[in-house]
Amino acid sequence: MDGTMQSFRSAALTIAASFASAPAWAQTVGAPRNWEWSFQPAHSPVQASIAGLHSLVIWLMTLVTVFVAALLGYCIWRFRASKNPVASRVSHHTALEVAWTTIPVLILIVIAIPSFRIVYFQDRTENADLTVKVVGHQWYWEYQYPDNGDVSFTSYMIPADEIKPEEGQLRNLSVDNRVVVPANKNIRLLVTSGDVIHSFFIPSLGVQRYAIPGRTIETWVKVDGPGVYYGQCNQICGTNHSAMPIAVEALNDADFAAWIISAKKKFAQGAAPTGGDVQVSEARQ
Amino acid sequence: MSEFVQDGNLGHVDSHEDAHDHHPNFVNRWLFSTNHKDIGTLYLIFAIVAGIVGLALSIHMRLELQNPGLQYFKSGQAWNATVTAHGLIMIFFMVMPAMIGGFGNWFVPLMIGAPDMAFPRLNNISFWLLVPAFALIMLGLHTGDGAGPGWTLYAPLSNSTYQSGPALDYTLFALHLAGVSSLLGAINFITTIFNMRAPGMTLHKMPLFVWSILVTAFLLLLAIPVLAGAITMLITDRNFGTSFFDPQGGGDPVLFQHLFWFFGHPEVYIMILPGFGMVSHVISTFSKKPIFGYLGMAYAMIAIGVVGFVVWAHHMFVSGISVDTRAYFMAATMIIAVPTGIKIFSWIATMWGGSIEMKTPMLFAVGFIFLFTLGGVTGIVLSNASIDQILHNTYYVVAHFHYVLSLGAVFSIFSGFYYWIGKMSGRPYPEFWGKVHFWTTFIGVNLTFFPMHFLGLAGMPRRYPDYPQAFAGWNYVASIGSYIGALSVVVFLYVLYRTFTTKERLPANYWGEGATTLEWTVSSPPPHHTFAELPRVR
Repeated sequence: MDGTMQSFRSAALTIAASFASAPAWAQTVGAPRNWEWSFQPAHSPVQASIAGLHSLVIWLMTLVTVFVAALLGYCIWRFRASKNPVASRVSHHTALEVAWTTIPVLILIVIAIPSFRIVYFQDRTENADLTVKVVGHQWYWEYQYPDNGDVSFTSYMIPADEIKPEEGQLRNLSVDNRVVVPANKNIRLLVTSGDVIHSFFIPSLGVQRYAIPGRTIETWVKVDGPGVYYGQCNQICGTNHSAMPIAVEALNDADFAAWIISAKKKFAQGAAPTGGDVQVSEARQ
Repeated sequence: MSEFVQDGNLGHVDSHEDAHDHHPNFVNRWLFSTNHKDIGTLYLIFAIVAGIVGLALSIHMRLELQNPGLQYFKSGQAWNATVTAHGLIMIFFMVMPAMIGGFGNWFVPLMIGAPDMAFPRLNNISFWLLVPAFALIMLGLHTGDGAGPGWTLYAPLSNSTYQSGPALDYTLFALHLAGVSSLLGAINFITTIFNMRAPGMTLHKMPLFVWSILVTAFLLLLAIPVLAGAITMLITDRNFGTSFFDPQGGGDPVLFQHLFWFFGHPEVYIMILPGFGMVSHVISTFSKKPIFGYLGMAYAMIAIGVVGFVVWAHHMFVSGISVDTRAYFMAATMIIAVPTGIKIFSWIATMWGGSIEMKTPMLFAVGFIFLFTLGGVTGIVLSNASIDQILHNTYYVVAHFHYVLSLGAVFSIFSGFYYWIGKMSGRPYPEFWGKVHFWTTFIGVNLTFFPMHFLGLAGMPRRYPDYPQAFAGWNYVASIGSYIGALSVVVFLYVLYRTFTTKERLPANYWGEGATTLEWTVSSPPPHHTFAELPRVR
């Protein structure tokens, strides 16, 4: 009886403990899930528009594939040599040839019109509330906040043996210092590199731009709510290419203002190298 | 399409040629060869060897990716070197030698009724340049930490700071040699096809495989020199202090991407167009029907070749090119779907109303049409610059280009192999084992590459030896698929063994009424020298 009671109590404690660490778990997490077979859930207007267009395209393309497969299957069955010993000699049919030239063109137009709109929408933001500069390095990211007294810090992957799963950390995705942005604000991203080409890639936010030394590439993001959104370097950059993940933390306005103040102290001089040695020019757009 | 009469009596022509056939010794025949059939055989053997090496590298990679964590590779650089070598070997030393060097050499002269290639000695050096090139690629893989900038060789990762030591220089020199080899081959094919067609064989009567090699040769002629220029600049950046691609010296890494893809995009059509040609012949033969819409098929290949030169920056949608440029390259890329669609539907229309026999070559050809369509429609997904923003460089791209190459191009190569092995060797392949080979390949490659679409959509970047836990499931499935794919290659080697040990012999035209091109008029295997008297095409 006592033993049962004790194990019951320890189970309750475990549950309580997991609730105690709930703040790390409860927030939105933009990360791949086991056996994920489509996009991660969208957390920005750009990714939402990409996912919407993708649904249209993938339906049309599935229909095309099924149509071709059905035709092939039908031909193999209907015109098998045992059933159809004498082949026809038909080798031209103008109407058919016109049809299979024009119908694909029409399908492409149906895809292209919304696609063009999204290409221009995802390009850049007119009115940025905040600018964050992203510098890729072998093999870490550096984030700078030129609007906020040049707060600047580096972000390294947490090695696998230091990962704390109980805190919601994810192997190969969690980093020591997340890049923090306000939620529901237009963030201008300026991406460049200090050495080789990297790619700043966050699937759930619909963000990807190469980080290229010698030029700065602009894009934008608006995170639709507080949470942590993971990404990874997506351009081969040397031996630790797979070990420089990206973690974006979106906070509401008040929390962000508080974070900026603490960040100015935390990343004061000497705490992190700056990317001042990198010569960059504005992107030729 | 091409109906023909041969001057005189066929059997007589053969015995006449036999009388004049010289019998070179081994060294003269295989090392100093100037005979298009022997050189074609050398290319095919080379492609099989290189393909097995490239496959071994991919199995090594799939072992690593089967579970998260680093297990089989000592470092990320070793992984990157393997990725680089796998890509370059499969492209330059497997697909291209098999299609262009192997089947092109064997069957272009036979199909146009020419006694040999226009420049037989050039043909010999084209092949023999590949051998040192392959050796240099292997040196690049094994020297030091290996050459690991990816097959795209993007600067600055490929400059001497980030790929130090001679490994990458070996690889770049290998590409130069392979490039010269391809260029000489292209010149040879263009000259042969334009000047040595049998009397009466106009361009519009030329078999589609010859058309496909002609278009491919022009793509090589225009694309390879751009690659040569780019890697020469890379070599001087690495070794002689220039800074073409180094921003610190006023150079531009994006310039390299433009130059590379100006070559690289036509290159992907170079790898698939000969396959289009072979599949056309197989579909027509096993449906016992002439190819549907012959002219449309030929001009669709020309259209693909021409438009293929103006779409290169769709590989660079996230490289900071301007939004208008992205819009243009997206539109141009989508247009390629139209001639490709014409080809797919014309193949189906060729089968329609036919008398279809599903022998092994036809199985591979129909498999090609289906899998190439699948790879093609994901190409349409990727052509959208909007969607590509999130799929660029992910496993979705890996899935896409393996569907069109590892499944498309390789299926067409196997289709051509089973179609022509009897012609080349005079011996039948074992039909049962051919079908076993098809089904193990089909299951293996689909199990390997289909889950990669899911990984890419979920955001797994390519060229990763290690990945977050969430990607483990589909990676495990893909690895299992690759082992089945490797097993299928063992089956293929068994098919080769059975073919070359059989005592059976084949007649000139063992496919019957469906096989109408000129190679079926000569014996199997053809005599050392064919068409000493030119056939006449009506």
